[in-house]
Amino acid sequence: MADIPSSELGAGQTLAVRAQALLAQFGKLPVLMLIAVTWLGFMLAVAILADLITPYPYTQMDLHNRLSSPVFMGGDWAHPLGTDELGRDVLSRLIASIRMSLLIAFGATIIGAVIGVTLGFVAAHFRGFIEQIVLALVDFSAAIPFLVLALAVLAFFGNSIVLFVCLLGLHAWERYARIARGLAISGNAQGYSAAVHQLGASPLRLYGRHILPNIASTLIVSMTLAFPEIILLESGLSFLGLGVQPPNTSLGNMVGFGREYLSSAPWIMLAPAFVITITALCISLVGDGLRDKLDPTLT
Amino acid sequence: MLHYLGTRLLRATVSVVMVVTFVFIVLRMSGDPAVVIMGADAPPEAVDAFRTAWGLDQPIWVQYLSFFKAIFSGDLGQSMRDGRDAVAVVLERVPSTLALTVPAFLLNVGIGIPAGVYAALHRNTAIDRFVMVMAVTGFAMPSFILAMLLVLVFSVNLGWLPSAGQDSWLNAILPIVTMGFGGAALLARFTRSAMLEVLGQSYIRTASAKGLSWSAVVWRHALQNAAIPTVTIIGFMLGGLVAGAVVVESVFSWPGVGRLLVVSVSNRDLAVVQAIVLMIALTMVAANFVVDILYGLLDPKMQSQTRAARA
Repeated sequence: MADIPSSELGAGQTLAVRAQALLAQFGKLPVLMLIAVTWLGFMLAVAILADLITPYPYTQMDLHNRLSSPVFMGGDWAHPLGTDELGRDVLSRLIASIRMSLLIAFGATIIGAVIGVTLGFVAAHFRGFIEQIVLALVDFSAAIPFLVLALAVLAFFGNSIVLFVCLLGLHAWERYARIARGLAISGNAQGYSAAVHQLGASPLRLYGRHILPNIASTLIVSMTLAFPEIILLESGLSFLGLGVQPPNTSLGNMVGFGREYLSSAPWIMLAPAFVITITALCISLVGDGLRDKLDPTLT
Repeated sequence: MLHYLGTRLLRATVSVVMVVTFVFIVLRMSGDPAVVIMGADAPPEAVDAFRTAWGLDQPIWVQYLSFFKAIFSGDLGQSMRDGRDAVAVVLERVPSTLALTVPAFLLNVGIGIPAGVYAALHRNTAIDRFVMVMAVTGFAMPSFILAMLLVLVFSVNLGWLPSAGQDSWLNAILPIVTMGFGGAALLARFTRSAMLEVLGQSYIRTASAKGLSWSAVVWRHALQNAAIPTVTIIGFMLGGLVAGAVVVESVFSWPGVGRLLVVSVSNRDLAVVQAIVLMIALTMVAANFVVDILYGLLDPKMQSQTRAARA
């Protein structure tokens, strides 16, 4: 997509042509990127189709088949990835966990971007005292390790899925705020912004319709860079037993419970550990690739 | 330089005030602290007594000020578990945590920086690729997964090292390796790109064109300039080290501050959580302040800028 100037993608082109262009681009990707994009597409499909492809309900217990081995360790195909300590199918739990972890990461990334961009724009628009407050907040979030902050909030407020997603949404907001503020300030100095302002557009319209599209590519790159970090954070907190709570399950949650059976049933922990690592790896590969194409100035 | 120091000190102070304010707000927003700490079914007389003892019947700004006073006199309340002073409970865990984080930090720097420099100097060789693969893996594999894989291999399968506890120095090996690897990977990646950037500068070409030996160019010119961004990253890494300690200590049941934090969060032992958060935040602010000063000393541009600003 990036090679095609956005003007050519304008109104005249049909969806089919665009899809074709996208496919052509896809074919030109380096092998590693191709693998990464394919894996991410696969994960996305698993998350969306979770209910259709899951062999068992993920909470269904089968007490006769507890801790049975996966196929590659001498088990049978009834439970391809084995079962856990309650006889629940590991593959089904993995599918449910992928959906939960991706959902949380998507939600949190979007929340972070919205908060960060809004505050960045507010700082750029008002300057002066308000800008200093936003910058002080940015300093503050850079000062404390986010995991510790998150733990403190969970300790004081207890845990619920909604709070948990909002909390993870606060991760990396300061990065978007910094980027949005810097780009909005330089955007404000340019002709198009002055013109729109002279035409009588409200600040909301100016920032939403004119400045935002101009800085979108940089923001998208930062989002792809923050996304794997949120997956790792979520899995870390859930692993510690402080994130997603049973009966819900997430990738980190599975690893955490699998820890008890590390010596007798390592497969409970290995499957989600593999998915976490490979997914984080693929997203950061794709993110790096996007960055090189869209915005080489970003580090 | 003095001006630079002054602004940094001011920023550090503002950060400290904000951290304390944050803890205060979160504590108050989470409900009536008396009920939260005493429990919902505590007798009303006990709750009232608690309120008076802690000044919770005072106006909010008085509470805020006395909160500051209490913090700077080191009084952060008692641990709900055993009624001991929260600060003392935290402080007695600090040596255990330092026993992991200090060697891990040395590993980070001792492996990460040379690996990054070597990879940059031998770009596109097999060793460079190897360093990069390790660096990317180190980013993508969270520390708790690496920790458990190490346990699986070295404790469960080989039986060489203990997997949990603090009985001997052998217990410290796996946690230190876990924390050391992640940070080293990150640092190697950054050092490599900082080095590559410096090596592409025209002053490097000038230095080798005027006949300096390559090792002199690398040692005198490249390394010193690449050190500037690297020091900043090391400052950020301290935060990662603390977060890493929280996870790694929990995996290995190592009785440090990190594990205490996780246990206190699950028990909602708020006084201890508060003490730990404040301690970590203050450490981080101090560390970042030191990094800022180092940065000012390392980067001659910073000094000329302040001189120009004064002139």
